[in-house]
Amino acid sequence: MATGRTTKAELIDAVYEKVGGFSKKEAAEIVDAVFETMKEVLADGEKIKISGFGNFIVRRKKERVGRNPQTGKPIPISARRVLTFKPSQVLKVALNPHRERPGDVDTARGSASASDAGRSDPFGSAAPLTGTASRHTTH
Amino acid sequence: MTKSELIEAVADRAKITKTRAELVVNCVFDTMTESLERSEGIEVRGFGSFTVRHYKAYKGRNPRTGKTVEVPEKRLPFFKVGKELRQLVDQGAEDEPGGGRAADSTSPRAGAAGGVSTDG
Repeated sequence: MATGRTTKAELIDAVYEKVGGFSKKEAAEIVDAVFETMKEVLADGEKIKISGFGNFIVRRKKERVGRNPQTGKPIPISARRVLTFKPSQVLKVALNPHRERPGDVDTARGSASASDAGRSDPFGSAAPLTGTASRHTTH
Repeated sequence: MTKSELIEAVADRAKITKTRAELVVNCVFDTMTESLERSEGIEVRGFGSFTVRHYKAYKGRNPRTGKTVEVPEKRLPFFKVGKELRQLVDQGAEDEPGGGRAADSTSPRAGAAGGVSTDG
């Protein structure tokens, strides 16, 4: 079913073939159950975290003034809730298999400690201070 | 809701075991990930669509150190919410105590999105 675009029909086929043990009709009902459940949860304003894939987050937008791009007239945009998707790191890496991330390169080279030491480290100096402070307060 | 909570909800709803529901939920998201890996879009009517956006390499800046860094080209998944789900999410706000949007049907959002129906 190479249509160039994956639709629910392909997801149903995948469940039917790879999971097995369901009729096509059952596979369709279960895939529907997945998306219907997600829709209901998101409609309630709750976010959904799918580890390895990403997070669906409901954001609350305040009322703001927009503009009609054709006339330039200001028009109010009412407060609303919108849905955003934040892909997981795993998914981003899956889409960029040959890409070295700067963070990875640093640790792979073992140079992370050297370059970190060069930066001012607020915690390094703060730690003894808190120690002193707690001594003063306890005694 | 986490993936495991979704699995439980799907098991309840479809009257199948949690083990089976887990296989199904994993299969759905694995299949979607594989599509995106092939740069193939996904379209689920009433829910939304995923596309893969290609970004060219550019010179960026580490905001903390101000150092210039080469950002290599990359692909990122992009989700566009479907019409039905967009309305469901927005309407939910009306039931929220104090989370109010002024309930109005004259809001310009219908025209603003300009979506060529990826949604039913």
